[in-house]
Amino acid sequence: MTALPKTTDRKLGLVIDLDTCVGCHACVVSCKGWNTENYGAPLADIDAYGADPVGTFLNRVHSYEVTPVEGPAQTIHFPKSCLHCEDAPCVTVCPTGASYKRSEDGIVLVNESACIGCGLCAWACPYGAREMDGAAKVMKKCTLCIDRIYNENLPEIDRTPACVRTCPSGARHFGDFADPESNVSVLTRERGGMDLMPEQGTKPTNKYLPPRNKDALRSADPAAPVLRPVTDEPRGFLGWLDRALSAMPGGND
Amino acid sequence: MNQPVVNLSPRVSDEIRKTTCYMCACRCGINVHMKEGKVAYIEGNRDHPVNRGVLCAKGSAGIMQINAPSRLRKPLKRVGPRGSGAFEEISWDEALQIATDWLKPIRDESPEKLAFFTGRDQSQSFTSLWAQAYGTPNYAAHGGFCSVNMAAGGIYTMGGAFWEFGQPDWDHTKLFLIFGVAEDHDSNPIKIGIGQIKARGARIVGINPIRSGYNAVADDWYGITPGTDGLLILSLVHVLMKAGKVDLDYLARFTNASCLVNEDPKSPQNGLLLRDENGQPLVIDRRTGKPAPWNGQGVEPDLSATLREKGVTHRPVFHHMAARYLGDDYAPEAVAERTGISADRIRTLAAEIARVAFDEPVELDREWTDFRGKKHRTMLGRPVSMHAMRGISAHSNGFQTARALHMLQILIGAVETPGGMRFKPPYPKPATAHPKPHCKVTPGKPLDGPHLGYVQGPDDLCLTADGNPARIDKAFSWENPMSAHGLMHMVISNAHAGDPYKIDTLFLYMANMAWNSSMNTAGTMQMLTDKDENGDYVIPRIIYSDAYSSEMVAYADLVLPDTTYLERHDCISLLDRPICEADGVADAIRWPVIEPDRDVRGFQSVLCDLGARLALPGFVNDDGSQKYADYADYITNHIRRPGIGPLAGWRMGENGVQHGRGGANAAQLDTYIKNGGFWIEHIPHEAAYFKPWSNEYQAWAVKMGFYDSPQPYIFQLYAEPLRRFQLAAEGEGNRQPPEHLRQRILDTMDPLPIWYAPFEDSRVDTSEFTVHALTQRPMAMYHSWGTQNAWLRQIHGRNPLYVPTKIWEANGFADGDWARVTSAHGAIVVPVAHMAALNENTVWTWNAIGKRKGTWALADDAPEATKGFLLNHLIHELLPPKGDGMRWANSDPVTGQAAWFDLRVKIEKSPPPDEAQPAFAPIKSPVGRGPKNLTWKVGK
Repeated sequence: MTALPKTTDRKLGLVIDLDTCVGCHACVVSCKGWNTENYGAPLADIDAYGADPVGTFLNRVHSYEVTPVEGPAQTIHFPKSCLHCEDAPCVTVCPTGASYKRSEDGIVLVNESACIGCGLCAWACPYGAREMDGAAKVMKKCTLCIDRIYNENLPEIDRTPACVRTCPSGARHFGDFADPESNVSVLTRERGGMDLMPEQGTKPTNKYLPPRNKDALRSADPAAPVLRPVTDEPRGFLGWLDRALSAMPGGND
Repeated sequence: MNQPVVNLSPRVSDEIRKTTCYMCACRCGINVHMKEGKVAYIEGNRDHPVNRGVLCAKGSAGIMQINAPSRLRKPLKRVGPRGSGAFEEISWDEALQIATDWLKPIRDESPEKLAFFTGRDQSQSFTSLWAQAYGTPNYAAHGGFCSVNMAAGGIYTMGGAFWEFGQPDWDHTKLFLIFGVAEDHDSNPIKIGIGQIKARGARIVGINPIRSGYNAVADDWYGITPGTDGLLILSLVHVLMKAGKVDLDYLARFTNASCLVNEDPKSPQNGLLLRDENGQPLVIDRRTGKPAPWNGQGVEPDLSATLREKGVTHRPVFHHMAARYLGDDYAPEAVAERTGISADRIRTLAAEIARVAFDEPVELDREWTDFRGKKHRTMLGRPVSMHAMRGISAHSNGFQTARALHMLQILIGAVETPGGMRFKPPYPKPATAHPKPHCKVTPGKPLDGPHLGYVQGPDDLCLTADGNPARIDKAFSWENPMSAHGLMHMVISNAHAGDPYKIDTLFLYMANMAWNSSMNTAGTMQMLTDKDENGDYVIPRIIYSDAYSSEMVAYADLVLPDTTYLERHDCISLLDRPICEADGVADAIRWPVIEPDRDVRGFQSVLCDLGARLALPGFVNDDGSQKYADYADYITNHIRRPGIGPLAGWRMGENGVQHGRGGANAAQLDTYIKNGGFWIEHIPHEAAYFKPWSNEYQAWAVKMGFYDSPQPYIFQLYAEPLRRFQLAAEGEGNRQPPEHLRQRILDTMDPLPIWYAPFEDSRVDTSEFTVHALTQRPMAMYHSWGTQNAWLRQIHGRNPLYVPTKIWEANGFADGDWARVTSAHGAIVVPVAHMAALNENTVWTWNAIGKRKGTWALADDAPEATKGFLLNHLIHELLPPKGDGMRWANSDPVTGQAAWFDLRVKIEKSPPPDEAQPAFAPIKSPVGRGPKNLTWKVGK
């Protein structure tokens, strides 16, 4: 079995804003495009044009409905990829050391040349964040675009995961959670960022920002009365109009 | 601990080529990363004004589009029956010779026998020029079945609408209302904007029967009954006006609310605006109390004063609005049941709009001068912005609903003011500044002017001498007088019926009319294959250009294979549908970042060749030789009017390169490529708002070449063109509508926005067909194009019918069930899925996921071909007959917009069939099938 580092110098990860994610799948496909071309084996698409296409994706968006006790049902879009846990069960379960957590930045990776495709890590991951590649038969997972974030061939502004760079609504943020003043730490603090399934004890690095309260315009707020008519008289509106115009600059008053 | 060594800085690419995306119609800038001449990765261009670096799922999946096995390879000639898919591959010379042999004789005798319609064309200023040179009046693109109600409603009301015309003031808006917005049009800019305004705490209200996508992240959701948005909007207008929560100063100065209406019942001008001797509408000047032209220097228009003349009191438009909208018909309590929104919630929404508009105004410290010479020390705005799209547009009341929405924006002073909606240059541009439609046919000669435009009254209709429609689609006829985008959805039906006449050749580009782009799909396939008593096809010849093996290909006699978007030149021109932003004017190009590996040609280049073979004026030199070698040559060298060409950037002036106006520049395309594929010039700071009225903006617009002299105008809350048609229907004037249309024109062409129930409601038994049925397009799929994409079809490969809780429970549905869905026109049997966040009387599905077997290089057992389905089978292009012998189009009576969303159905549980019904025989694929598995990586 494989050991986890006691601590990591940095804790790189994502903040995903569920209040802003519109469920467009931009992150899903940008991730697919970058990662099929880069780290490790390509991300296969089995039966690509057939009855049951099954491809490897390192990031997927799920949609859920929530029906509150009062008010209309809500739709939540939920992007999910590896959360780069501090206590990553996928690492400790690995029989070959192929799955490991980097001591310098906390990124959880699979060393494909050591992976025997046994699938234990996928069973161990409570989030379903790992996928066995249908062609290469090695385990695939989010690399946090380790070949982008330090890549000296990219302009500095682009040294960020592909999913973050492409997200149209700005719902994805990348940074170092070990730094309390980083963008991701501040967002997590200010917006009540949450762990996914904390009861699993995995200490995920990635955080989710909850949706804001919705459907406040359901009924009139007694403290802010609804609009009152300017007059109750049937022909009174034009009288009000004349008075209002007179009171404006250039009017008769 | 021994960690593996990871290469943290792998080579990303050899080269980045910057061009424009075409995975949908948004036209984002993309960086195409190349490795050894192959496309390795596509990402958004950070410098680009449309997407500013981000890119949607479709854009990132472009790499799977350019390798799609469905790409056509060579010109095709039909060798089997139409619809069978039996073709032989031929050379381009033979293909172009066939096309010339078909098209030349028609042009010499009766050019109208060519119907040329170009679907999702982004080169309409070019294809329309070609059609004009050919001489047929029968040209349009797909706007008639897309969102012409939105576009025309906006142009006629305020000189622009949404998307290409305008955008919310993302920097300042505090409340953003989206009506009927699905998740496709303008998708990246809207997503960017939603993220931006949420980050600073602004609120979003979604008005939509379906709570997905943008409506899912909206702070408040109004799950309105389809087709009733206009009623809700007019009720908001009612509440706001009644409370005096309207911007009186804005209305008086910048709209025709202050213009006087001729109320003399004996006048032939009754109901039009009173005018002075120069034809200018009159207002009462507050300085003098006397009538004055609306645009007189120093005039202070009075919103309330009336004019008494010869025993008649002429009231300003605003009095007419008060008379109409303050009435109890529009009280929240009166509309609650029909809209599905409680009176309480309507009042709360109105109060929220008023609170933000008037209690939280935005004031920018910028001086500007209006067209009457008045100096304004600041820019005062109402930070409520709105956006709307097909959900309100694709109804038979969509034009008036779009007008109503713009009226609501204008009433609170939230158009072209800080925090509201802003136009994108070259808009604003009022209807009067657009061309009028032309239809005069002369054998062997060009048409007398542009096909499409904005009519001002009956005199501008496209009618023959005997009063019949001049166009095959009956655009600009009494049936739909203001059909600014034509009616592509009626072409096949009318050509088949020989109504108003028969045609010879149907020439289509990029429009899947034999499948998801037509109403009544099975009927359309029948019309395309029907033969007459002589055994000849009723529509004699069909030429089709597409890049892919779509359903429509099988119905063509001659197929001209187009390139993919990375293999071609294009220009996203100011003459067409520009990519500008509210702060800048911009245009863009595509260029071949890869060369085709097949024998295909860009359609526009083919038209340059075909135009020369047909000796079309403008496409040949004086010696008869071909004028434009290809589309790139046209883009560079075509001069539309002096100093104006397809691209506005880097033109050649007397003293070197300049922007806007100028002569052709041989280095123009290369310069675009060097600059990332686009050009942008920013609007001066002091001209950024109040554009229709700002001297600063008008001067800049003239300099840029949008128009040749300043064109200030005021918003047309009261639309005179509509009233002119009503006057004709009342018997005024020489050009008279047919008797059967008089009452409908009177009822629907009201010069002030109105609401009436969708037409289907009066033609079907609404107590039997109780359910509304809609489609929407997902953010990750564009029409049928996405299905061939190996990555996108894994996201949206299935399209169940989504059913709300009430109907789900009433039918005892369970997961995996199927339903029979029946309309007045037909029935389908389809898989269902439960969705709670949905209007309780509405079902819906994703658009264009269903596929015909044999197309798009998919396997016959692909879920798109077995479980995928189209709602189109339930929708007819004509309304159910009412026994008068007439064909009544299922369209908006003003613009002809296809009324897709008027559909009513009933739904019942069905035993699961083998596959979704109706099912059609497979088509023989002209390209074979795709590979089994993909392991895509182009680098080593």
